[in-house]
Amino acid sequence: MLVLGIEGTAWNLSASVVDENDVIVQVSDQYVPSSGGIHPREAAQHHSSKISEVLKKVFNSVDPESIDGVAFSIGPGMGPCLRVVATAGRAISLALDVPLVGVNHCVAHIEAGMWKTDAVDPVILYVSGGNSQVISRRGNYYRVFGETLDIGIGNALDKLGREMGLSHPGGPKIEKLAREGKRYHSLPYSVKGMDFSFSGLVTSAKTLLQKGIKREDLCFSFQETAFSMLVEVTERAMAYLDKDEVLLVGGVGANSRLRQMLSVMCSDRSARFHCPPDHLMGDNGAMIAHTGMKMLTHGLKTDIESSKVKPDYRVDEVEIPW
Amino acid sequence: MVIRGAEAEVEVLEDRVIKRRREKKYRIKVLDEMIRKKRTRMEARIISQARRAGVATPIIYDVTGDTIVMERIRGELLRNCINEELSRAVGENVAILHENRIIHGDLTPKNILVTDSGLYFIDFGLAFFDERIEPMGMDLHVYFESLKADFDNHIELRLAFLEGYSGFSRYSQVVRRVEEIEERGRYRA
Repeated sequence: MLVLGIEGTAWNLSASVVDENDVIVQVSDQYVPSSGGIHPREAAQHHSSKISEVLKKVFNSVDPESIDGVAFSIGPGMGPCLRVVATAGRAISLALDVPLVGVNHCVAHIEAGMWKTDAVDPVILYVSGGNSQVISRRGNYYRVFGETLDIGIGNALDKLGREMGLSHPGGPKIEKLAREGKRYHSLPYSVKGMDFSFSGLVTSAKTLLQKGIKREDLCFSFQETAFSMLVEVTERAMAYLDKDEVLLVGGVGANSRLRQMLSVMCSDRSARFHCPPDHLMGDNGAMIAHTGMKMLTHGLKTDIESSKVKPDYRVDEVEIPW
Repeated sequence: MVIRGAEAEVEVLEDRVIKRRREKKYRIKVLDEMIRKKRTRMEARIISQARRAGVATPIIYDVTGDTIVMERIRGELLRNCINEELSRAVGENVAILHENRIIHGDLTPKNILVTDSGLYFIDFGLAFFDERIEPMGMDLHVYFESLKADFDNHIELRLAFLEGYSGFSRYSQVVRRVEEIEERGRYRA
């Protein structure tokens, strides 16, 4: 079985074909803001101007006639971007006369991780630009155990990056600067039960920056504080739910300091730490294709009439039949 | 018997309990020590304050650095025997805590013991003082989430809690805030 997946909830437009075992092809094209952060309309314009080129490249390596289904990310994400992706999905599904399936973006991140790691029943830490959640499977649903009360960790890193004059995305540049940081400056550590928040951290970091502290030290302090919060809540969920595995997914999961902290926490409690390969970590078409395939084999498809995008779609709204 | 939680190591002796905040190797030392000391001191203060306000908590015997020594309470974990009546009693106690501007910070059925003389709140590891509606709403949100994650009759348990909590002077404000919190934390386009 071959399924085409199209992802474009935020800044990365990506299309991929997968079979049951692996990714066959994946082509991506990223929107780069001319200045500042992601502008939803500009990102959507980028997606619509690049979508045919991206799909053409995919179909150069896989015959479109061999495709058995089309999956697209239906949400959560930026409305204008989602609509471009949904339109492409509908068109290809009609043209090839194969079923269409709308996939929840967060579920896709998790499923890609489950697919390409040995994780069985993990606590999932999902960290990206707009999302930061601690999730765990219970029955036929993924439950959110803790989440950000304001902005996602990726968004927080981007805000700090912009304040420092770094280009989008700020995360990788902050990570690099943080490696040279040595002195810890105290920043608000905000864990509230199972939830956490990052906006106070961003505000305090801005104040420290204006005071002229070393950029390296600021990045170091910011990462240490923010990631400690995420790892603490992940550990609390493991203790509460009696689980001994962690799965890290989402774009910020590429950060090596975050990975290191999770891996230390896991080995400290004899738990296992999993994280999918890089091409499945950030937003990607393959995770949509893979999850779409699982849905199609369980008889779940999306009629054109009900394929309207869901910008606020939550991971815990999706029934998981597998 | 030693219970190793995510936050602390609790040694249960015949007549007392020694709670030591565990070092977290994933955190840098300076941040780790800061967090542990601050939370230990805060926890001891809150346990005694809650007790004075009428919520059953262990008596504190000693506090040094990252360690608290306190009275041992014998009872069953609420998580293992929760029912609507007990959830209502949780609501009554939380109303008292909030009236005294104590935010529990980790309100789950794993942190409460059921004894012959009623409920005992045994873990204030993440508690803090605050008089804003927001963190009170958070307390309820965390409790409801933990019910949802663990019990099929979570809706009944939630309603029973709210009955007990309805004696709190700012009840309706908090309940409205909980609904708001449940709507939050979503993708912002």
